[in-house]
Formats: sequence, C-alpha cells, structure tokens
Amino acid sequence: MRRVFEVFRQERKGQPLQHAGSIVAPDERFAELYAREQYGRRQESAALWLVPREAVLEIGDFPDEFDLKYRRVDGYSIRERLREARERASSARSASAGAG
Amino acid sequence: MDARTQEFVEYVQSGGQVEATDWMPDEYRARLIKFIEMHANSELMGVLPERDWILRAPTLQRKLALTAKIQDEVGHAQLIYRVVEDLGKPRQACLDDLVSGRSKFHNVFHYPTRTWGDVGVIAWLVDAAAIISQKALLRCSYAPYARIMKKICWEESFHILHGRDVVLALVTGTQEQFELVQEALNRWWEPLMHFHGTPIPADEDPMLFWRIKSQANEDARQQFLDGYVPQIRELGLEIPDPALRKDEETGRWLYTEPDWERLRAVITGHGPASAERLAFRRLSREDVAWVERVILAEAA
Ligand SMILES: [Fe+2]
Ligand SMILES: [Fe+2]
Repeated sequence: MRRVFEVFRQERKGQPLQHAGSIVAPDERFAELYAREQYGRRQESAALWLVPREAVLEIGDFPDEFDLKYRRVDGYSIRERLREARERASSARSASAGAG
Repeated sequence: MDARTQEFVEYVQSGGQVEATDWMPDEYRARLIKFIEMHANSELMGVLPERDWILRAPTLQRKLALTAKIQDEVGHAQLIYRVVEDLGKPRQACLDDLVSGRSKFHNVFHYPTRTWGDVGVIAWLVDAAAIISQKALLRCSYAPYARIMKKICWEESFHILHGRDVVLALVTGTQEQFELVQEALNRWWEPLMHFHGTPIPADEDPMLFWRIKSQANEDARQQFLDGYVPQIRELGLEIPDPALRKDEETGRWLYTEPDWERLRAVITGHGPASAERLAFRRLSREDVAWVERVILAEAA
C-alpha cells in the first residue's frame, strides 16, 4: 500500500501553513519520517501538516448565477453618482450665493 | 488545435498556472513529464561525481558540508520525482528508464571529477548555472513544480557559497592549489557552456510555448556569463576561451561556439563517465531493492 500525503508547511510561527508538495509513504509512521527528512531537516519549517490526499475535499468553482456583486467592492460604481452629486452641490451653492 | 487546447494555451501564455487536478492537453502533460523527469534524474545522478570526494575531502568540515550538499541533491530528486508521479509516471518507471538509458540527465553529470578542484568548480559554477534555470522555473505554468522550486532554490544558494569557499581557499593557497582550480576550470568550461542548451530561438522552443520554461536557452547562458565571468576573472583565473568578451554595444557576450555535436553525444549517454555512472546507479538500485520490499511488507 502506498498513500499520498499532501504536505503543508509553516515557515515561521504565526504564518499560514502553505501547500509545499506531497510525499508517498506506506503509512503514517513513514510519512512523518519522510516529511521530517524532506521538509524539515534544515530547520526550514516551524510546523508541517500531513494530510492524506483522499481526505482533502476540493472545491474549485464558484459560479455567481445570481450576480451577487453587491456584496463586493467591485459591485459598486460610485464614480458617476459622485460626480453628479458634486455638480448638484456646487450649483446649489452658486445659486444660493446669487440669491444673497 | 481544438478549442479547449487553444483556450489552455492562451491561459498559460498569459501567465496562468495549472494544478495537478486541472485538465491539460496530452502534449503538455507529456512534455512536463519528460522535462521534469530529466530534472529529477539530474539531481539523482548529480550526486555521484561529488560522492567520489566524500572520503577524500581535505578537512572534516569540508566533508560535512559536501555530505550535506549531496543530501540536499538527493532530497531534490525525491521532491521532483513526486511531481512526475502526480503527472502519471510512477517513480519505479522513471528509475527503470534512467538505468536503461531511455531517459536523460544533464550533460555536466556525465564527466569525471579528477581533483578536489573539481568539487569547488562544480559546487560553485555548475550549481550557479543550475540555479539560473531553476529560478526561471519559479514562473513555470505548472504550479506544483514551481512551488517545489522555491524550496530547491533556497537550498542551492548554500551550495554555491560552499563551492565558492572551496575555490577561494584554493586560489589563496599554494601555487599548486591555484593550478588545481585553473586546471579544473579548463576542463569544466565547455560543459558549462553546454549547460543551458543549444541557442534555439524563443519562438521555436516548445518549452517556452507551453510556458514550462520562461527563459530562452541563450538568455540563461548570457545571464550566467554576466554574473560569473567577472567573478572568475577577479580571482586571477583564466577562462579557456580567447574569444570570450562582452560586446559593449549589444550588451551580449561573444564566445567561441561550443561543439553542439559533443553535447548531443554526451547527453545521449556517450560522455566520458556516462557508462560508469549508470552502472553504479543500477548496482545501488539492486542493492537497496530489499528495503522497499521490507517497508511495503511491514506496512501491509
Ligand atoms: Fe539540486
Ligand atoms: Fe545544488
């Protein structure tokens, strides 16, 4: 039996664990041994996560069928409206200045 | 080319990266396997010339440093063969093809190491040439390979430093020690000029088309010359090519055209040490076959 373990590596404490590669091992004991050897022998890692590949649940597509742009910053185009608001404000100011 | 492939090509050519589980054209996969497998083979075969000098290293400190470098290179082979396995070619098949001569490894590992000077020149200059290629691979369109390269480049920088230190110790030593380096450099210069491959134009290179590589062969060689010719010359060493000079107008290095026929012969297994190295790899593979059998049996 050979299992694939995905290796996630943390470079320094406090940093995110990032995918670094994978190893093949017959069991968890060997997986730990190989991971220590290949990803930790130079003190280059603060922590390693070994995850059996079959345990990874991947989600790779995020369709936006309902066009839910209003929940993101790119869902708003305020430039046009802002221009109009500024124009109105300035013409209102000059109108009231003329009246006074 | 069908529409899906066309879309894929546009994606990678605009800087897009591909993961192991993504769809990819068969040709892309085949080229990746061939290229990455050769890289892994080279890391594995590359330790043999240096291995010859572990027992003959001049001091304990040098012996430890050389052993650590060799351990790194074997580690690189492990990491890179994993990438090949995920693309669909098992490690055992890679090793079978390697020892039977069906797959290739880098030209520089087909040459013998005659003196301790070779060890310095290899760790300094061969690793320097290699790191140029490997740094360019950080932008490879195949993301798992690019990620692995990050760790590898980090370790390579120690190799270059170790090699430079060995060379510096020799060139500041006796006349005999200085000549050891000069003589090694004379022998290694042609393999170094061969290292980045024939100057195939960028728009004809399929590896660039698929963005597996991001740097043309000649650009890599120019980068090597730019970085290292001044460093070699400042030590009083002479580069064995009277035509070598930088054209101030174009900023490109001019040099005597290397013998590309010889490069072809060397990488197809006709180098001075090719047969010996492959025989050794075959032998050690048979020697350690029982380890794998035991491990798999125990885990079953
Ligand atoms: Fe390496
Ligand atoms: Fe190296």
